[in-house]
Amino acid sequence: MSTVTAPAIHRPTDAVLRISEEAALDAAVVEDDVEAVTAEPGDGPMLINMGPQHPSTHGVLRIAMELQGETVLRSKPIIGYLHTGMEKTAEDLTFLQGPTNVTRMDYASPLFTELVFCLAVEDLLGTEIPPRATWIRMLMCELNRMSSHLLFLATNGMDLGAVGMMLYGWKEREEILRFFESVTGLRMNHNYIRPGGVAADLPDGWQDDVERILTVLPDRLEQFDTLMTGQPIWRDRTQGVGVITADEAIAMSATGPLLRSTGEAWDLRRTMPYLAYDEVDFDVVVGAYGDTFDRYSIRLNEIRESMRIVEQCLDKMPKGPYRTEDRKVTPPPRARIDESMEALIHHFKIFTEGFRVPPGETYVAVESPRGELGCYLVSDGGPKPQRVHIRAPSFVNLQSLPHLMYGGLLADAIAIISSVDPIMGEVDR
Amino acid sequence: MADEGVAADDAAPATEIAEPPTMFGVPCTDERGQQVLHPSRDEYLDVLGMAAADGYELCVDVCAVDGLTNRTRAVAPGIEPERFEVVVNLLDLRGRRRLRIRTQVPADDPQVPSAVGLYPGAEAPEREAADLFGISFSEHPDPSRILMPPDWEGHPLRKDYAIGAIPVQFKAVEGR
Repeated sequence: MSTVTAPAIHRPTDAVLRISEEAALDAAVVEDDVEAVTAEPGDGPMLINMGPQHPSTHGVLRIAMELQGETVLRSKPIIGYLHTGMEKTAEDLTFLQGPTNVTRMDYASPLFTELVFCLAVEDLLGTEIPPRATWIRMLMCELNRMSSHLLFLATNGMDLGAVGMMLYGWKEREEILRFFESVTGLRMNHNYIRPGGVAADLPDGWQDDVERILTVLPDRLEQFDTLMTGQPIWRDRTQGVGVITADEAIAMSATGPLLRSTGEAWDLRRTMPYLAYDEVDFDVVVGAYGDTFDRYSIRLNEIRESMRIVEQCLDKMPKGPYRTEDRKVTPPPRARIDESMEALIHHFKIFTEGFRVPPGETYVAVESPRGELGCYLVSDGGPKPQRVHIRAPSFVNLQSLPHLMYGGLLADAIAIISSVDPIMGEVDR
Repeated sequence: MADEGVAADDAAPATEIAEPPTMFGVPCTDERGQQVLHPSRDEYLDVLGMAAADGYELCVDVCAVDGLTNRTRAVAPGIEPERFEVVVNLLDLRGRRRLRIRTQVPADDPQVPSAVGLYPGAEAPEREAADLFGISFSEHPDPSRILMPPDWEGHPLRKDYAIGAIPVQFKAVEGR
């Protein structure tokens, strides 16, 4: 059918163990499939299923690994344990209800999934959102990036034996979640970003809360640096482990810190700006070696960059409405409902029937803490989407795992899984 | 003479507009600033190959759409809409541009050549589309289910697959 030949990059795919889920449980099948590396009888490679309940698999990830002694040869991530058909559910919810559903995908950075869904809906609607809504979204997303990376530092630290990090990371993350609770009412799964703007304006005194986070965090990050970055054991465990080159990362469709660790300065906030990222000053953090240490330090330093953006959001936060005045999308103000029958009906219609979105299809992408988070949205003109597809960065990045782990030690595999930072809710959706 | 020259200039763009725009030899549409190509299944891999050679080096995403309940959706002029559609999103990191490729796939033969040979990163998304839509990607290195259990029957994201419900008993239990 085609004359096109495959590119030369074939190292990534050779690391994948091509074996079915059932076969991975059957030792007899495995022995036939696995190629004997050593001549010693009974000393050939064996197959180990790691997970799905292993503590360092960040949820329910199962990896079928071919082991030669302690060296990992081919492997295959087996996923789907958290699949709940959220894309199917999304087809049965109105556009206004959509964020409630998608926010549950990536539970460590829920605001990003809400954001990308809303940007897609607004693109189809052709709605302009007011500047304040844009900046509130940016503020909240950057705080969310910080909380997500803090969670990464916590789990990554614990996976590599720095158990204290688990407590410190969660503690600082909690400070940010407390702020989220004061703004959105919930610590997670906020349903805060909605088509047309955000659900509520920032509460009184929000500046003080944000400033408190910004003053406390730098010291803590210094402590994390002392605890991990300069520590010889940490360096030994992470440097040169799970190396990937830029070409390989691109071939494997890897994005986010995994791609940036190879030195490829690809950050959608900079390269394809959305919201008001072209109006704020920040640096894109890149690595050089594409190893686990680079991925760790990129995330640590991205917290610092996000803090810079949050500071600028504090200074530049415009006044005005926090959601669009377009009555097609936004219900009438609460006060109007008390005095006007039409306003009440209007309000009722928006929340029961939902608003209609013009037919069309669109793909919108944002830079989530894990990489390119995309939403492909198809509307047939009704109040419910025809198709919602979320391009989940964790899901796509997970393909690189066999390649990253190939030839490394089993203990390094733990470090590598952790450094890819998969959120299984987003992988399985 | 000058008048004639102007007339000729005017005429040239008019004929170009009459021709549907193409890219890599297939119809190309503009969806609110996003470039979309509409190859047939036979052209699909060739178009991907040309796109890869043109700098679209990262395959962001492969997904499918079931148009069973949406027969009116817009496709490029001259392209007959089929039930399924395979949508590929490509990214050019140097040129900072995106390209979307929509391929119509008929319901009676849901089969598309796999793009894994060109883009190894298309493997997992293609498995997902195959799993949830029942579209087979020929010559895919691992055509097993990825999200659903291996023994699952049916393809949940198809429009004729019921969303399902858990029966709820509203009546009081007898004897109470």
